[in-house]
Amino acid sequence: MNQPQSKLLMAMQAGKRPQRPGALNAVSAFVWRSWRKTIGKLHYLAIDSVIFPAVFLLIFTYLFGGAISGSTGHYLQFLLPGMMVYTVTTMTVYIGIAMKTDIERGVFNRFRTLPFWQPAAIVGTLVIQLLSFAAAILTTFGIGLLLGFKPEAGWGGAALAFLLVMFYAFSLSWIFACLSMVVQKTESLSTMSYLVLYPIMFTSNVFADTSTMPQWLGSIVDFNPVSLASASARGLMHGTTVPSGLMTTLVGLMLVVTVFMPLTFWLYRKKDKS
Amino acid sequence: MAHAAIDVRELRKAYGTLEVLKGLTLSIERGTVYGVLGPNGAGKTTLVSILATLLRPDAGTVRVFGLDVVREADAVRSRIGLTGQFAAVDEELSGRENLALFGRLAGYSARSAKMRAEELLDAFGLLEAAGRSVGKYSGGMRRRLDIAAAMLVAPDILFLDEPTTGLDPRSRNDVWEIVRQLAEQGTTVLLTTQYLEEADQLANRLAVIDGGTVIAEGTPDDLKASIGSGTILIRLADPLQRSDAERVLKSVLQTSVRQHADSASLSAQVADPRLAITALAELSAAGIPTNQFSLGQPSLDEVFLALTGKPVQAELTGEGIV
Repeated sequence: MNQPQSKLLMAMQAGKRPQRPGALNAVSAFVWRSWRKTIGKLHYLAIDSVIFPAVFLLIFTYLFGGAISGSTGHYLQFLLPGMMVYTVTTMTVYIGIAMKTDIERGVFNRFRTLPFWQPAAIVGTLVIQLLSFAAAILTTFGIGLLLGFKPEAGWGGAALAFLLVMFYAFSLSWIFACLSMVVQKTESLSTMSYLVLYPIMFTSNVFADTSTMPQWLGSIVDFNPVSLASASARGLMHGTTVPSGLMTTLVGLMLVVTVFMPLTFWLYRKKDKS
Repeated sequence: MAHAAIDVRELRKAYGTLEVLKGLTLSIERGTVYGVLGPNGAGKTTLVSILATLLRPDAGTVRVFGLDVVREADAVRSRIGLTGQFAAVDEELSGRENLALFGRLAGYSARSAKMRAEELLDAFGLLEAAGRSVGKYSGGMRRRLDIAAAMLVAPDILFLDEPTTGLDPRSRNDVWEIVRQLAEQGTTVLLTTQYLEEADQLANRLAVIDGGTVIAEGTPDDLKASIGSGTILIRLADPLQRSDAERVLKSVLQTSVRQHADSASLSAQVADPRLAITALAELSAAGIPTNQFSLGQPSLDEVFLALTGKPVQAELTGEGIV
């Protein structure tokens, strides 16, 4: 018997059946995989978390800021917390795209035949998404500081606003993760992000105060999820929180997670290979 | 108590209105290399996907080592390995990273998953390419990596769904050698194939499936014997005499005679070996000399033809895969 064959036999004899992996181990394996893929495509993250917020902050602050609020500095104080929300909103679709891509590719079959807690694939991938959300929110905030933004409630307020926006992005991600289990094609997800997310983002209070809008529009805009999150982030950042508004936001986001997370897991588990 | 490796009863599966499996029943003993043979669209891949917990059956019971593939999917998953028609690997990662990832998901610690990955890369001749991303692998390398991934936990049963489709002859021999060695180790192997030669070479037992049910089951020899005791193959000295020879053989053997691509050869089924001797004597009396003759078992190709009334796949037999 030649060399490679005996190696094969040895490898086969050496294979002992390990215990079924714990959920945490499975999640950390997917965190590693997702991390490995993200650092291979850092330029995408750079576009989302540096170029995109920088361009928008500059355009809105200097082109429209004076016209909207009288002075650019004044407008930046209003704009920046909403801009943090705006930046991550477009990124929430990525978890959906990542999951759908896996399901369409052959590797999904391999995952299915391994004995781990299946939703680990979603959770592990989302962990890395959360890191990129954090990077995007922090850069947006950093660029704001460079342009002269001051969090009026101090660093504590800024930290709370950060956490709130993170929670918002986390919740929204579950909607797209869930959608990725039911859409036919990956492209449907990106189309959806243009057709649904952009109108929602522009009919929000990120760029202008709702009190300046006609009343019928103002009340629609007020219940837009992007508005709720922006208003709450603004309140936390500047110490002007309206408790009922913050509560509505938090309860709403929690509701989204409670519905869409288990639904996503359930759909993923029962998903047949296509 | 020892359960059969695989026990499938009255299995049904449809995609929408298209019924693929129509009450398929099959039992496989431990330690066998079992071939599932059938043309495209017979339901081979669907069967394997259900056994490997990738698809849910619509009706019927499916057990792997006594474990239900729906209710005890995780327990089944820790004992099986699957290599499908399309390599189930992550193209963006390297070969090494793929095996390390799957190792961890199979339950190895990060460290032992890495060690196990090196072992398998070495055993499957992939060490050199280990650092390259799998997207750049050749078909044969991808298939070897896929089988390596299926072997991570040294499974009790390995499913190979058309493992050599699309491979060059060398890679195909590699895969066959791997299967033989696994069989020696006592691993149960379920192998689907369209290639009769492959089934004949590797399998101890066979099921022929067509139209979603098993139409014949047994050892390759059983199946061949079931359609007659054997085949006589004759090579004439003069190809021009082939139609005369055909007439003689028909009258003696009372069966249809097949002409081969080689213009001097023809073959026929014989129910009784003594008739073959008579046929040869008649040929010689009629002044038709023969260069070569043999009496052998029918090929699986002929078995398939006899069972289904249609050839396995005209284009494959044409390529001389028989």
